[in-house]
Amino acid sequence: MTVIPTFGSTQHAGHYGPLNQLRSEWTKLRTVRSTTWTLLATVVAVVGIGALATAVTAAHWRSGGFEDRVGFDPTARSLAGVFLGEIAVGVLGVLAMSAEYTSGTIRATLAAIPHRSLVLVCKAAVYFVVALVTSEVLSFAAFLVGQELLKGSTPYATLGQPGVLRAVAGVGLVLAVIGLLALGLATIIRHTAGAIAAFVGSLLVLPLILQAFPTSVQHALLKFMPLVIAENMATTNGLRRAFGNAVLFSPWVGFAILCAYAVGSLIIGGILLQRRDA
Amino acid sequence: MIEARNLSKRYGKTVAVDTLSFDVRPGQVTGFLGPNGSGKSTTMRMILGLDNPDNGTVTINGRPYRDLPWPLREVGGLLEAKSVHPGRSAFNHLLFLAQTNDIPRARVSEVLELVGLTAVATKRAGTFSLGMGQRLGIAAALLGDPGVLLFDEPVNGLDPQGIRWVRMLLKHLAGEGRTVFVSSHLMSEMALTADHLVVIGLGRLIAERPVAEFIAESSGQHVLVRTPGSEALSAALVKAGARVSPASGGALDVNGLSAAAIGDIAAGLGVHLHELTPQLASLEDAFMDLTQESVEFHGGAGTGKVPDPVAVASSPSPDEGGTR
Repeated sequence: MTVIPTFGSTQHAGHYGPLNQLRSEWTKLRTVRSTTWTLLATVVAVVGIGALATAVTAAHWRSGGFEDRVGFDPTARSLAGVFLGEIAVGVLGVLAMSAEYTSGTIRATLAAIPHRSLVLVCKAAVYFVVALVTSEVLSFAAFLVGQELLKGSTPYATLGQPGVLRAVAGVGLVLAVIGLLALGLATIIRHTAGAIAAFVGSLLVLPLILQAFPTSVQHALLKFMPLVIAENMATTNGLRRAFGNAVLFSPWVGFAILCAYAVGSLIIGGILLQRRDA
Repeated sequence: MIEARNLSKRYGKTVAVDTLSFDVRPGQVTGFLGPNGSGKSTTMRMILGLDNPDNGTVTINGRPYRDLPWPLREVGGLLEAKSVHPGRSAFNHLLFLAQTNDIPRARVSEVLELVGLTAVATKRAGTFSLGMGQRLGIAAALLGDPGVLLFDEPVNGLDPQGIRWVRMLLKHLAGEGRTVFVSSHLMSEMALTADHLVVIGLGRLIAERPVAEFIAESSGQHVLVRTPGSEALSAALVKAGARVSPASGGALDVNGLSAAAIGDIAAGLGVHLHELTPQLASLEDAFMDLTQESVEFHGGAGTGKVPDPVAVASSPSPDEGGTR
């Protein structure tokens, strides 16, 4: 009987686990340029557009009409960049997964860690932490810069006022969860362009399609739209007026629904990842 | 040690791998030979747990790939050259792989050195030539110092030096006692590299035996004879039971007698011999003989259909589908 030599590393104790994969996913996320670019785009979107909107508002306050001033929400105005921010954060979420497929890296990843749901959970977790920290910092930065620009010309908000802290912190959470939804969609679709189209479609196109339906249907469904949930979170006084008679969910109920979308897309993506050939 | 038992896999209506069983043993280079689209890559992916077999099992050292505690420390695989993000550096590609299996960072530099990519370790992999990409893939396979190594068409796109380097590396790894399984559609390459062969066609096992035996069996006994007295010798050889046919340049191709027997008969007749060369069939010939029936675009004479090898060869097969 021949003795089969063992090679140094097979004697390594234990078993791969979440810590290995979390470190690996963090390395993957930080070592591609697209991460830097999409995060920079998020900065420009959230802080830049917020600053622009508040600066223009301040400059036109005196000359502006009555309709501009009624129900003016200085918090929401400074968070106006959130919508473009959602797209930027979502694109990062899509790329975090779809780049594995377009480059073929997925095979190296899954050969290294055959436990596929572990791979998806770790990837989503690393992405979520990065997206959340970024969005929270940007949301607070946009708020503070915006209020500074409004100060002296218009009413402005402070974090101590009712609903303001909820709006600013909530917007950061909404951004990160919308990004998770994008990552889940990319796990299902596996193509960058297809996943971005599905993501942007679910964000921007669904509300447009809804306009083709009778008002009663619109009012019943509008509150489920991710974009409306995000917008509702960004205001301190509620959006009820802006959307006619539509009754929206409270900001946190809306947020819970958004979380359900994200988790749902990740679960479907996870099941497909298990079943499909890599 | 890799053990495949009744592996089967179909994609839609196409049978990619059909009840395939074979063993790959340590200490030798086992060639996995088959025409394009014969199911080699599919089999490789099933060994690595990337594709699920419809039927059958494949184990590595007795365990299915998915049950390995540290997969990269036990098995190294080179699949397609392009399983690397073009924007990530070679070092970072290997680093994230190392982290999954608790492999120290120093080992990353070590394998980069081994494959000769140290100078370009921080360059983005998208700027690499095909050959450098293959070297990076080989570095990834060696990362965990595994005892089992799979290489899918490792010399594809390499220059002659690169091909020679891979050949030496495979032999060296097998010499250390590792299990080395390498696929190729180039029989000439396998003749130089492999000790043992697993030959498949249309997803089915055609032959599994040592290279030397493989060639010997297919060679039969052909001897090339050159002589001024070819008529007299031919008659005598046929009488002795050989089949004689004319070969190029007035030589004779003698089948069924050894060179020694032919020499003795010629001496008995007093015929001068100018050449007496036993012909070894090349592995290529042997391969062609074996797989003739199973090549996908083999022209079916009975169907009345004219085969169009170019069109069939360029149509995507599930096996060589490349990257998505």
